[in-house]
Amino acid sequence: MAYFLQQLINGLTLGAVYGLIAIGYTMVYGIIGMINFAHGEIFMIGAFITVIGFAVLSAAGVSSVALALLIILVVSVLITSLYGWSIERVAYRPLRKSTRLAPLISAIGMSVLLQNYVQLLQGARVKTMEPVLQGGITLMQRADGFAVSLSYLQMVILVLTISLMASISLLVSRTPLGRAQRACEQDKIMAALVGINVDRTISTTFVLGAALAAVAGFMVTMYYGVVDFYMGFLAGMKAFAAAVLGGIGSLPGAMIGGVMIGMIESFWGGYVNAEYKDVAVFGVLMMVLIVRPNGLFGRPEIEKV
Amino acid sequence: MQARIKDALITALIAAILALPLAGVRTEDGVNGLVFENRLGAVAAAAAIVFAGRLFWGMARDAQPASLIATLIGMVSLFVDFPTAFLKTAAVGMGVVVGLRFLFAKFSRMENKPAALTKIKMPFSLSAFSYLLIIAAIIFPFTPLASRYALDVAIMVMTYIMLAWGLNITVGYAGLLDLGYAGFYALGAYCYALLAQQTGIGFWACLPLAGLVAAGAGLILGAPVLRLRGDYFAVVTLGFGEIVRLVLINWTNLTGGPNGVADIPRPTLFGLEFAHTATEGHTTFNDFFHLDFNPVQRVIFIYFIILFLALLVGWFATRLRRLPLGRAWEAFREDEIACASLGINRTWIKLAAYSLGAMVAGLAGAFFAARQGFVSPESFTFTESATILAIVILGGIGHPLGIVLAAFFIIGLPELFRGFEQYRMLAFGLGMVLIMVWRPGGMMESREPTVKLSEQPHA
Repeated sequence: MAYFLQQLINGLTLGAVYGLIAIGYTMVYGIIGMINFAHGEIFMIGAFITVIGFAVLSAAGVSSVALALLIILVVSVLITSLYGWSIERVAYRPLRKSTRLAPLISAIGMSVLLQNYVQLLQGARVKTMEPVLQGGITLMQRADGFAVSLSYLQMVILVLTISLMASISLLVSRTPLGRAQRACEQDKIMAALVGINVDRTISTTFVLGAALAAVAGFMVTMYYGVVDFYMGFLAGMKAFAAAVLGGIGSLPGAMIGGVMIGMIESFWGGYVNAEYKDVAVFGVLMMVLIVRPNGLFGRPEIEKV
Repeated sequence: MQARIKDALITALIAAILALPLAGVRTEDGVNGLVFENRLGAVAAAAAIVFAGRLFWGMARDAQPASLIATLIGMVSLFVDFPTAFLKTAAVGMGVVVGLRFLFAKFSRMENKPAALTKIKMPFSLSAFSYLLIIAAIIFPFTPLASRYALDVAIMVMTYIMLAWGLNITVGYAGLLDLGYAGFYALGAYCYALLAQQTGIGFWACLPLAGLVAAGAGLILGAPVLRLRGDYFAVVTLGFGEIVRLVLINWTNLTGGPNGVADIPRPTLFGLEFAHTATEGHTTFNDFFHLDFNPVQRVIFIYFIILFLALLVGWFATRLRRLPLGRAWEAFREDEIACASLGINRTWIKLAAYSLGAMVAGLAGAFFAARQGFVSPESFTFTESATILAIVILGGIGHPLGIVLAAFFIIGLPELFRGFEQYRMLAFGLGMVLIMVWRPGGMMESREPTVKLSEQPHA
């Protein structure tokens, strides 16, 4: 029971991160119907900016951890969002009216480009960071000494994720921007006719997705303390699996899918075998696509001639 | 002009902000934690490059000769010191890209003029050119140019040509984006490596077997997956490629895990071995022909195997296009729904394209294992799939000769200019984006239909 509880907590934490990245996939897919293959790389850039930010701030003599965290989070979100915006502008916008596969190939190119860009500038080796937020509370103590703990960091991750998800849901359902997004999702030409700036709405979607990915990158860096230029690939694939599992294009789907993927990974690693946990996630992705391509919450897509 | 400068300034500003954390600060592992080095000069240089690039880009698009100043800057920066090698490459690359854009714009302007003015007479036809290339490839090992190193590079280039021709069946002919091609490549390689090691079956017997195994894997995976729409299909194949790699790493008993399989037997020529001393019951090639032993003999032999295999695949692929199956692929690629309404079984033709592509990867994999004498999961990452895909795309999807040229550019050039090696993947990524953006029709444009309706009946 204690072991189960611990895996549940770990799975939830992981799932929160995947869910945040998955929102970026699902929003972009919802609005322009493409898989933003470079989204995992956006997440990686967010993580790198966090590590670099810490190195710079500690050298600059910022001693308050809370202040440093806040500055880094804000800077990382801002710069990463700018990356998201630029990528859309350079690699996807010119392809808006093209065939379905052209933007996907462009996105793969972008992903390869960003990976190697970071590798060339920051080196191929894994970068480690000192843990900044340590300690936690013990929830349960088993007779043999196994303790179920919830670290402060995990609490921060869960609280931050839940509040971000709540605000993004409100944003989409209640604000003019969200209304514009949903309108573009349904019919771009009609949306343009009623005075919505379609290009700007799509850009904003990319910026929002990138901002969430930056927060995810920030949290992962804090949680694991290691980053490398290749980390975006696996995390991106898992988040994409989450988005598909929940039904791509659906916001609550991405969140629930993220938690489910986190759980699968954590429980598979805890109970079956750690080596094949990634295989399990990819297996789930393939099974969902084969058996239920619309995912749990997705609407079936009607193809028009 | 003012608008252009303003636009270029904004772009440069954005570039500077983007480059600030990643290029402006270089982190290294220090004694206690990360230390960093400030490289603000690099950020300024990057912004300047972007400014010039953006400014001249607009001019190049309008085919203004002034844009060639950018190319001049690129040339000059070859001889100027930059804060980092990366920036130098970026500056030179900027010059090249703008120059290419100018030529592209100029060329497409010319295309709009009456055909008679611009039609460039080719001295020979494309097929004559391919025959010339084949003859050159056959003669090459016997020319003084063929050093051991040059042969090795040539073998590598031809392996990629073969792989790309195989992937072209799936991506170019049928329009299915396969991102897990390295998975089938790995299957073929491990199939030969393990069979040869554990049962002692020779290379030539294993070769078709490896092809069959890969094709079978393609059939099994393809059957449920091919119902999916194009982009979902791409992601599933990506997942497949990763699963193959992860299984190879973790199934240590069978595959040797990350250490791979070593001491894989080399191919023989009708039982003749290419070695200094023969194993029991065999003769060596040089003893049989009463030649002196020379290690280059084996390399030349390997060279001819891959030449033969590549040509076989090339021939097979071009013949495929002319079959009803090839025509069905073409119809499917251009319009899925129209194709289905003509009574073509979509699932079946997709399956055929996918598993035929997989078969070629399996054959190439067996060859790869036999040539290296060693395989490990390292060789079959997503980067490998992306490289092969980049060759197909840069070669102008669906064009066999274009693929040959692209393979020379992508694999051969970086080998010959070692300094460029580390920028190779960066250039691929950029190339893929630019090709897609410059030819918005993307894949369609370069693909000529094999059959055309004509007004006049053929005589």
